[in-house]
Amino acid sequence: MAAFSLAASGGHWFSALALGVTLLKCLLIPTYHSTDFEVHRNWLAITHSLPVSQWYYEATSEWTLDYPPFFAWFEYVLSHIAQYFDQEMLNIHNLNYCSSRTLLFQRFSVILTDVLFIYAVHECCKCIDGKKTSKELTEKPKFILSVLLLWNFGLLIVDHIHFQYNGFLSGLMLLSIARLFQKRHMEGAFLFAVLLHFKHIYLYVAPAYGIYLLRSYCFTASKPDGTVRWDSFSFVRVISLGLIVFLVSALSLGPFIALNQLPQVFSRLFPFKRGLCHAYWAPNFWALYNALDKALSVIGLELKLLDPNQIPRASMTSGLVQQFQHTVLPSVSPLATLICTLIAILPSVFCLWFKPQGPRGFLRCLVLCALSSFMFGWHVHEKAILLAILPMSLLSVEKAGDATIFLILSTTGHYSLFPLLFTAPELPIKILLMLLFTVYSVSSLKKLFRKENPLFNWMETVYLLGLGPLGVFCEFIFPLTSWKLKYPFIPLLLTSVYCAVGITYAWTRLYVSVLTGCLVSKTKKQ
Amino acid sequence: MENWYWMTLVVLIGLTVRWTVSLNPYSGAGKPPMFGDYEAQRHWQEITFNLPVKEWYFNSSDNNLQYWGLDYPPLTAYHSLLCAYVAEFINPDWVALHTSRGYESHAHKLFMRTTVLVADLFIYIPAVLLYCYSLKEISPKRKIAVALCILLYPGLILIDYGHFQYNSVSLGFALWGVVGVSYDWDLLGSLAFCLALNYKQMELYHSLPFFCFLLGKCFKKGLKGKGFVLLIKIACTVMASFLLCWLPFFMEREQALQVLRRLFPVDRGLFEDKVANIWCSVNVFLKIKEILPRHIQLAISFCLTFLSLLPACIKLTLQPSSKGFRFTMVSCALSFFLFSFQVHEKSILLVSLPVCLVLNEIPFMSTWFLLVSTFSMLPLLLKDELLLPSVVTVVAFLVACVTFFPLCESTSEAQLQLTSFAVSVRRRLPGFTFLPRIIQCLGISCDTDLHILIRRKHRWKVCHADNCAHEENGFQMVIFFPHSDDASISQRTALGQEGTALHFKLDYSSTKIPV
Repeated sequence: MAAFSLAASGGHWFSALALGVTLLKCLLIPTYHSTDFEVHRNWLAITHSLPVSQWYYEATSEWTLDYPPFFAWFEYVLSHIAQYFDQEMLNIHNLNYCSSRTLLFQRFSVILTDVLFIYAVHECCKCIDGKKTSKELTEKPKFILSVLLLWNFGLLIVDHIHFQYNGFLSGLMLLSIARLFQKRHMEGAFLFAVLLHFKHIYLYVAPAYGIYLLRSYCFTASKPDGTVRWDSFSFVRVISLGLIVFLVSALSLGPFIALNQLPQVFSRLFPFKRGLCHAYWAPNFWALYNALDKALSVIGLELKLLDPNQIPRASMTSGLVQQFQHTVLPSVSPLATLICTLIAILPSVFCLWFKPQGPRGFLRCLVLCALSSFMFGWHVHEKAILLAILPMSLLSVEKAGDATIFLILSTTGHYSLFPLLFTAPELPIKILLMLLFTVYSVSSLKKLFRKENPLFNWMETVYLLGLGPLGVFCEFIFPLTSWKLKYPFIPLLLTSVYCAVGITYAWTRLYVSVLTGCLVSKTKKQ
Repeated sequence: MENWYWMTLVVLIGLTVRWTVSLNPYSGAGKPPMFGDYEAQRHWQEITFNLPVKEWYFNSSDNNLQYWGLDYPPLTAYHSLLCAYVAEFINPDWVALHTSRGYESHAHKLFMRTTVLVADLFIYIPAVLLYCYSLKEISPKRKIAVALCILLYPGLILIDYGHFQYNSVSLGFALWGVVGVSYDWDLLGSLAFCLALNYKQMELYHSLPFFCFLLGKCFKKGLKGKGFVLLIKIACTVMASFLLCWLPFFMEREQALQVLRRLFPVDRGLFEDKVANIWCSVNVFLKIKEILPRHIQLAISFCLTFLSLLPACIKLTLQPSSKGFRFTMVSCALSFFLFSFQVHEKSILLVSLPVCLVLNEIPFMSTWFLLVSTFSMLPLLLKDELLLPSVVTVVAFLVACVTFFPLCESTSEAQLQLTSFAVSVRRRLPGFTFLPRIIQCLGISCDTDLHILIRRKHRWKVCHADNCAHEENGFQMVIFFPHSDDASISQRTALGQEGTALHFKLDYSSTKIPV
């Protein structure tokens, strides 16, 4: 009856949406979980049974602690609750331990920490313009946004099936974005600093935060044409911002500096020994690059331009090996990817600096940073696409052009997560959830922007519809063919290349729209 | 339809919930030698696939009827045969005679669960959607809400996808029947209902309303003209569909009789386990099973069932209407459930289906009943280790209903469609003005079950069944009246009194009502 009074009074639709998705998460408890489940169990064990000085040295399990200190402390706190569920999961030597109580505890820890995400979504909804208020509740941007975020397909399968804690981390990011929208800059900066020390992958979007805060918060005024007024620089603000970031970092890294372990911590956090691409190529620029290389080498062999003896074996047999060696195109070093990433990020950051357009401009820059890093980063995981999809949802409900980009990005990005779940019982779940999210996002955004031009041109429609046959081929037809044993990597290759095209397209379109927006407003002012 | 995409989403949500529940254990998982309903269904596939039709229902060295012998009508057997062909194509071990007994594997579970989903997807879900589209005088939004609530009804999901059965097939056919007769496609409706009846004999619970409704329609058209033609047509349809289903068994008289004996096992006793019906409740005070001989039990239960469903059926025959039909279905199914012989706790699903259909008319009562009905199956679900999905789906259903129907506000007499009932009671009892409040509190009394569960662990099953029975009983009393006028009201009141008495006792003992 508690739900009775809760839902009947006031907040109704939002709480119903949140409660509904929480219940769905509970239903996903018995599904398959990946090795990440063991990773987090191992971290619980490490933080619970070892002193802080040992955390980043412990290597009994191959899944060593490779998240920043705050996450380790988070696991430490969780482990104190975990001991009431099952003491055995906190034993470091209990590798691959998974009792039903352990499962329940770990799953519920994800579901409960998602409360922060729900709160963040609630805050984000307040930042959305209510200009287009339609009478229908389901056509309000707020409603659509909260469904897009709360019921996000990627978060559901990555967190609640595959097993990770992206929910509350994304919640922190969204909350800090919401705070910046609400002009509570200090809070936003604090939240982001904390977030960085939870998971360092958010460094991808740090440039956007840095530039935005510096430009729009530390400089209190702009000239009429939008350029910076150097005399409006506020030292108090810079110092207070710096202090916040410094204090948070000190709290996080301080103990390890005191123990003289900083190099060890960093070596764990940034393992450059891994390959350019993950086992399954994330659908980014390098996937296209690898595919091109492979195609060229095949063509070269056919035309007898290449000597078969000089071609490394591994690259020809599968895409599943960690170290991918290029045959025709030059091999890529970590430094090269770093430079590419920086070059890709720079224009958006420049745009943010020279043409600040308030928090919305910042959000665009943030999405571009996330996407550019995803496109060119070293050893990118396919899951990192969520970093761009979630903030992009905020933009999608405000402008038709952004809605198109969002739909292409989210549909292809989510589809590229399919290989994460490869077990048969989860096949219907991923298809159903994907359909649920895609059908909803496409039709609700179409309805929201029905007065403007159609969201997709024919090319985009064909591309998106092409995901259907691709899915059918990879999931149903291919396993029945005789190629399954000979070329097991083909579905992965097809998926990542096909999705890479879509994501590259979405990235380009977003970049074009940001840069033209930047230039147009400049010429207008002149 | 402008809102097609909402319907798509509703179906997708329904399917997702169904499939996630199906990841949980099934009945009798890893419990030799008898296993559970899952093994029963697999065994039927084995029997129907390997034995000739003539031997399906007979005890033989290849077909031990003591071990999950086939005791459903022919259509179930045909369905099993169909599934068996697919199973044999995938892995012959699954349906090998004798050696496959108690076969369990992840792949097989996946296969069995898929068969349920496919049957559901092709029979039950389209019927629900069509039914919701056919609802008149409500907004498209509301139709979608009703569809979602019906598809999220936890009882059916948990029994079909958790415990493992194919109720969605028989209920789906029955629903096709309802849709058919409501659209005035009488022949299609009767055909669908005959299929339901031939899939599961329990569908007899719904047979009287169908019969009365169709008969009433014929009367209305005039028995000498069009009505007679319609009657003949319907009769032919029914005969033909039965004949078709039973064709292999009509070759020999003994065959047909044996099937009937398998379908109606009278010697099993008044009730089994803990069923939330009258007999089980009375059993707490009075051990009927031991006091009375078997044939008297049978006679009493028959008389009571007949009496309790008579008024509603007569009314429906005289004044056939689509709405009245649905309410009569609830009332009849509930009469069967409460009073008839050899009722299973799962039979409550047969009552729940028509209750789902009146969700739009009386949201509060229906929601409440549907929750109680799911709760009444809790002992079964606990045995199958389905506690977590049960709790989650029940809460999800409650959230859906509360979101879409303003439950708490709509408990006045008029909104519960109880005005005529209240007026007639007030003629005798002038102080009878507190009905709405009682009904509100009844919702709370669902909770008392939980308290009983905590306080008296050793006896909770009995109490549980008992309490559920009271609530269902009260529900039946209430359900009698929504479409009533004064024609047979005194008769009904007399019938309802037992329920009322129980009802009030329960309320005053379990909750404090400010009078």
